Amino acid sequence: MAGTLTPVLRRAALPFVIALFAAYPFVTAGYFIDVGFFFGIYVLLGLSLNIVLGEAGLYDLGHAGFYAIGAYTTAILNTRFGIPILILLPVSAVAAGLFAYLVTFPIIHLRGDYLCIVTIGMGEIVRLALINNPFGLTGGPNGVSGIQSPSLGFLTIDSSLGYYFLVWIVVGVSIFGLLRLQRSRIGRAWNCIREDEVAAQAAGINVRAYKLLAFVLGAALAGIAGNLYASKLLIVSPESFSFWESCLMFSIVLIGGMGSVPGVIIGAAAVSLFPEIFRSFANYRMVVFGVAMILMMMVRPGGLWPRRRGGMEGRDLLRKLWRRDG
Amino acid sequence: MGSLQARDSAAEDTFTRDGAIVLETAGLTKSFGGLAAVDSLDMRVHRGEIASLIGPNGAGKTTVFNVVTGIYRPERGSVFFEGKEITGRPPHRIVEKGIARTFQNLRLFSNMSCLENVMAGRHCRTFSGVAASLFRTKSQRNEEREIRERAEERLRLVGLWEFRDELARNIPYGRQRMLEIARALATSPRLLVLDEPSSGLNPRETEDLMEFIRAIIRDEQLTVLLIEHDMNVVMGISDWVTVMDGGEKISEGPPAHIYHDPKVIEAYLGVRS
Repeated sequence: MAGTLTPVLRRAALPFVIALFAAYPFVTAGYFIDVGFFFGIYVLLGLSLNIVLGEAGLYDLGHAGFYAIGAYTTAILNTRFGIPILILLPVSAVAAGLFAYLVTFPIIHLRGDYLCIVTIGMGEIVRLALINNPFGLTGGPNGVSGIQSPSLGFLTIDSSLGYYFLVWIVVGVSIFGLLRLQRSRIGRAWNCIREDEVAAQAAGINVRAYKLLAFVLGAALAGIAGNLYASKLLIVSPESFSFWESCLMFSIVLIGGMGSVPGVIIGAAAVSLFPEIFRSFANYRMVVFGVAMILMMMVRPGGLWPRRRGGMEGRDLLRKLWRRDG
Repeated sequence: MGSLQARDSAAEDTFTRDGAIVLETAGLTKSFGGLAAVDSLDMRVHRGEIASLIGPNGAGKTTVFNVVTGIYRPERGSVFFEGKEITGRPPHRIVEKGIARTFQNLRLFSNMSCLENVMAGRHCRTFSGVAASLFRTKSQRNEEREIRERAEERLRLVGLWEFRDELARNIPYGRQRMLEIARALATSPRLLVLDEPSSGLNPRETEDLMEFIRAIIRDEQLTVLLIEHDMNVVMGISDWVTVMDGGEKISEGPPAHIYHDPKVIEAYLGVRS
């Protein structure tokens, strides 16, 4: 009985989740819609780091640097040249991706913890450079203010509701694309590299190129998150892109489960909603967070929603019903 | 006995080997911290044969494999594959050229399914990029189907069809060896390089493996180069044997010749006092 029920539930799950997210801002109000927006930003950041860390297995603790490049690209180009925010969305992605390519190209051969240390340094250098106000562009510690709201000409997004839907539409499109990548030769190549680099080479995979690709795509998605963040706050400043942000992104992927999209959503929920729920004892929330992380690593080291690997997709299940070979 | 030895040594340079040269190393040298693991090695593998590389522990056999497959870069000397120099090319390029390998200590993608492991081998024969994968273009979908069908066919060939959805780490050791061979075969190689394929296998499995290797050579116009410790295997299957000791080639020839070569016996058993 349960066996026949499960596929129905599985099929109903996605529309249900979408309906839940669409209904959320109408059953809550004001501040909680903004919480929903930042939840969406953390999902995007989690998804972006998940490409690098979850899929390709590369330790990147400087991901906030790419996020910052996206946010500052949007902020500077919008305030200086008045280029509309939504046009800057792909521009920020390209800028962050290009930056990632340039900085990771010389370090991509580093393994494990060595790469981790260098990416920490990279993230910190970005933050310090922003504080030092190079060419008078970044506004130093005060950042850049006076950013416009996203506009489609006739429709300007300036309400919490508008931002909420903007970010979640972007999340939806990103997830759609990432799932397709996951189930392609590119996603498999990343997973092979994560499992065993030497074996991946022996199977004919250009390890260096695919590692770079993971960084570039991950950074581009972080750049998109940066664009949305800048357009929501209307101001960007260096302290929003600290090492702590990189740590949060890392936690999102670890809490959820490496390489798992639903895991990232759960991880982002834990990281962004948790502080809101426990605001009443704000002084202890980092302690609680830390203890929760340690407990989780002990009890569920694979994450809360680990990726099903090697298991069958729904379509394969159907195929198996028809073709009874083997 | 004396006459047999005399005949063998006299014939040393006149053994005939059929077929074009598939793999050739010339003066190949690779050292680690001043110690020459491989020293001026000249070796040839001809088309359609099973060539073996043998020698005591530490003779440098695996180093030869790692240089040939691009994992190490040699200090001196060259590697030619089908007449073209491939020395120092990156490993994935060498796989593209048509040399596939397995490892002495299995290297599988443990947390991926057996099918996915073999599908990885098709990577170098397929081309779809990020955009094609995002938009699921017609050519990308056809290519994915081709990857899948080809991988399924390879899995059947090595008899692992029933394990296709199992994680690679969950299947028995002997099966894991076959899975690694299936992954190598999925790259459509012309030269298959096997590093101690029978290690960890029981005699029955070893026999099956040898039978399998003979069959694929016949059916797929393959050439095989293998490192092997099991002398029964080497003598039973090889067309040509190269013996190394201390990084140098000390003998080569058909198995019957190697079997009686005093230098080989000395390398394995020491000098009779």
